Formats: sequence, C-alpha cells, structure tokens
Amino acid sequence: MLDVHKIRKDFPMLEGHRMQGMPLIYLDNAATTFKPQSVIDAVTHYYTDISVNAHRGDYELSYQVDTEYESARETVARFLHADKREIVFTSGASEALNLVAYGFGRKLLKPGDVVLSSEAEHASSILPWMKTCEETGAELTYIPLDEEGRLTADNFERCMDHHVKIVALAQVTNVLGYEMPVKEICEIAHRYGAKVIVDGAQSVPHMPVDVLEMDCDFLAFSAHKLCGPTGIGVLYGKYEYLDWMDPFLLGGGSNARFDMCGNIMLKQPPYKFESGTPAIEAVLGMKAAIQYIDSIGMEEIHAYERELHRYVVERMMKMDNLVVYNPYSDSGIITFNVKDVFAQDGASFFNANGIAVRSGQHCAKLLMDKLGTSATIRASLYFYNTKEEADIFLDVCSKATLENCLDIFF
Amino acid sequence: MSDMLHDPMVLRQIIMDHYEYPRNHELSKDAGYCQKHMASDSCIDDIYVQAKIANGVIDDIRFDGVACTISTASTSIMSELLQGKSIAEARQILEQYYAMIDGKNYDAQMLEEAVAFHNVGRQANRIKCATIGWKAIEELMDESEKAHEQE
Ligand SMILES: Cc1ncc(COP(=O)(O)O)c(C=O)c1O
Repeated sequence: MLDVHKIRKDFPMLEGHRMQGMPLIYLDNAATTFKPQSVIDAVTHYYTDISVNAHRGDYELSYQVDTEYESARETVARFLHADKREIVFTSGASEALNLVAYGFGRKLLKPGDVVLSSEAEHASSILPWMKTCEETGAELTYIPLDEEGRLTADNFERCMDHHVKIVALAQVTNVLGYEMPVKEICEIAHRYGAKVIVDGAQSVPHMPVDVLEMDCDFLAFSAHKLCGPTGIGVLYGKYEYLDWMDPFLLGGGSNARFDMCGNIMLKQPPYKFESGTPAIEAVLGMKAAIQYIDSIGMEEIHAYERELHRYVVERMMKMDNLVVYNPYSDSGIITFNVKDVFAQDGASFFNANGIAVRSGQHCAKLLMDKLGTSATIRASLYFYNTKEEADIFLDVCSKATLENCLDIFF
Repeated sequence: MSDMLHDPMVLRQIIMDHYEYPRNHELSKDAGYCQKHMASDSCIDDIYVQAKIANGVIDDIRFDGVACTISTASTSIMSELLQGKSIAEARQILEQYYAMIDGKNYDAQMLEEAVAFHNVGRQANRIKCATIGWKAIEELMDESEKAHEQE
C-alpha cells in the first residue's frame, strides 16, 4: 500500500500552502497536477548545468543534452510499451491530437468517409476532427452513450461500417471519468479497417497503459497531468502511420536536407514532427515525472485512487443537498452539484474553505445536454490526496447550502 | 435603510431574493430594444441584456440567460436601479459601482441595493460575475450615444 504521508513530502505545493486563509486542499487534478521536487530539479538541472541546444552542436555539452533528451524518449517508450521511434514530443495532448487530425486525417479522409467519436469528448479531441471533416468532406458521427453517459462496445459496434476510417475517443473521459473498453474498441475498429486515436490525457496519469496490448493506432497525453512540467506531451503512433503521415510544422530539426528548388527530404519519425527548438527542460522534467510515478507504482496509484474515490462518493451519496452525476466513475473524477446552487457559486464556497475544485462545462459542452444541467462542479483526486483531506471536503460538502454559499461574500 | 445595508443577513437576503425572483427577467421582441450577448469562456455565465434607450433616457432594461447567483442578482438589481435614469445619471451610478467593486470609496446612497456586492472582491474570480450585466448596459449606452452622434 502506498504511503501517502511520505509521498506528500516530495511535493513543495503540499507543504503548508494556504488558500483564502485555509490549508490548501487541491482537488483539481484532472486539470493539472503538482510536481515532486525531483521533477522541479530535473527542469532546473537543464538551465543550471546543461543549458545548450539539442541536436545542434559538435561540442560535449550539446552531446550531453542530446543524450539526456533521447533517454527521455526511451523512458516514455518503456512507460507506454512502445518503441522509441514511435514517441513524438509535442507541447501537450492538444497539440498531439491536432497533429493526428492534420497530418493523418487530412491525408487519409475523402468525401463519404466517416469519423466516429462521442459526445463526451474533450474539445481538444473533437474540434480537430470537426475541422478536418469540414475540410475533407468526411462526416463526423457521434456514438450514442448509454443512460449513465458511458460508451459501450455494443453501441460502438452498431455504428461501425466500412465507411468509418477514424475512431477518436478518450480512454477516460474528463467530465464523467468513465473508462471505455478500449481494447475491444480497437479490435472491432480494426476489423473494419478503421484507425483508433486514443485521447489518453485522463488515463495515462492514473492507470497502467500498454499501447501494444490495447493495439491503438495513436495515443496522446500531457505530462502536466502526470506530475510533469507544462508545455510537453506525447503522441504515440504506430511507426508505419507516423512514417506515412505529414508533419504539421516544417523547419529546423525536421528536415534532413532541402534545396532551393523546393525539394525537401524529411527525417524519419519521430524527428520529422519535431521542428524547432523543443521545450528541452520540460522533456527532462517529463522523464523525471515518469520515473517518479514508476517508483511508486502505477498499479498502486490506481488502486489507491479507486479506494479514495469510493470512500468520498459513498459519503457524498448520503447527503441530501448534493447530486452526484457519476457515482460509478472508473477514475478519481467526481462530478456533482449542490442542489439549487449554481455550480460556480458552489465552487466559490469550496474556495472559501481552501478547497480547489472546478466549476464549468469542462470543455465537453455536448455532454451537458445529457446530464440535464448546464454546469457542474468537478472534484478530481490524485494519489497524493489523503483521507483527512477527503473528510474536510466532505464536511464542507455537508455545509453547502445556498445561504452558506452566499455568506462567503459578507 | 443605511443601517440595514450593513447587516450581512439583510444583504444576503437581497441577493437571494433577486436570484430567486429576478426582476425584468424576460426579453422583449419590441424593435425599440437593443441587445447585448455577454458570454465568456472563462466563466459559465451566458446572458442577454436588452435596453430601450430614447432621448438619452433608459426607459427599460431586461435580461435573460444562464447565470450564477451573483451575476443574476447583480444584473437584476442593475435593471431596477437604472430604469428611468438618464445616460449621464446611469454612468455616475456605474462609476460608483465599479469603485465599490474595486474596494475604493463610493457613494452607498446612490447604489441602493447594489451595495450587497461590496465584498464580492473577496472571491476575486467572481468580480466578472458581479459586473457582467453592468458591462452590458455600459456597452448599450455607448452604442446608443454613438448612433445618436451619427444621426
Ligand atoms: C480528456 C482530455 N483530453 C485532452 C486534454 C487537453 O490536454 P492539454 O490541455 O494538456 O493539451 C484534456 C485536458 O484537460 C483532457 O482532460
């Protein structure tokens, strides 16, 4: 079992920070996560000790940066069970998902083709496909969700036919936190010759992910939701598809050579996608984050979060003043409202008690039509949250009424 | 009245009352109204504000939309407070309201029930909720004056 009190000592943000005069309780981990000291050190190590460009110099320091930079790629590859040539560094999940839509989708799709997705997707997963469909004449279709808001393999299979070329879905959704049956979906999609793009932004930080086993064609995630730095993320793609698709940016670093007649010879993947000087410190920080997560153990992290989630939700369900929209969520995401209180007023009440939660439509505007509310509050857990924090959160939940939510303004 | 306005219970009651029973909470189809849609991506509030302005006087203000307690109540109070005022008077009230929100000195008499929001800045991210309707009427007044100049 994971020793949460020992773990917390690794995170400067968990040491005595206060918000609105109260000890900070951070429950917005689906938005971003805190960084352990080892990640912060890896970032400053770059600026303090090896602050030169990668892939550019003939001198020893540059060689050292190259070596550390490429070893980060190996760390990510091992983490996902991929080959290092299949790991493209991007600025985050959003850029990775845009890159697939632009570089793969635009090249592949023809009028009459279909892209399948769902109404529970994050804007960064769905908007690139809306645009790509508009440009290619392909059609974007939504797989119906079941009553709870889940994507089932049955509903998915019913939507499949030979016109479907792309399936773009989140392994774990950011509003309701449901996990889709990704392995089955890949298997069904492949039977029809479709490619599967998995948005792993909410899954990769919380559970073991093995791209070989799930057999997805692409997978995207951001390091900052995984205790890593902002501004860095990954696109995994099967090598054959990375090789076939177009880059999104051209420039230094991605070309092997070019001439003034307009002939460009691109490098091999993943380098052909990495034009320009990258966020080197963030790449090194991401490596440290994965090493940190590995040192705790992803299985342990997942089990701990599940247990803490169950602990909190069981108690929230007993409170008459709350509505929980996803009691059976597969992740640490709890989506709820205080009855008769607008989500933003509820979130401010938590803020006044030192608790960071998010109100809003969580970028998944379409899903809100399904829930029958225009806005919700989202509390999202990570492995460094404790039962003590959960109890304080629950106590604040029990006091949330319209009167108390307004009292914070006086 | 002025004593009551220092009583948090009274102020809270004012906000709740305007949230639960917002005034002027129906849009008009009358062509004499101009309309502003106020929505921001950092905030869930999504409201429409209408004003009927003639000869430099605000004859009527209406609003509707999806919004939190603070923006609904503050827009409702604004709609009552500015109705029947000249643009010049309304601008003076707006100035006092913004001064209050910014934590500066202000004339409480002029603001009437709107003083209920004097502490909204304690939740800094909610300032935009307390001002969304007020910004709308300000823009509607600007447009009305501009249209007038061009005539
Ligand atoms: C499911 C999902 N996909 C994609 C993203 C986008 O991630 P980023 O903002 O790091 O690019 C998020 C982040 O909120 C997410 O939750």
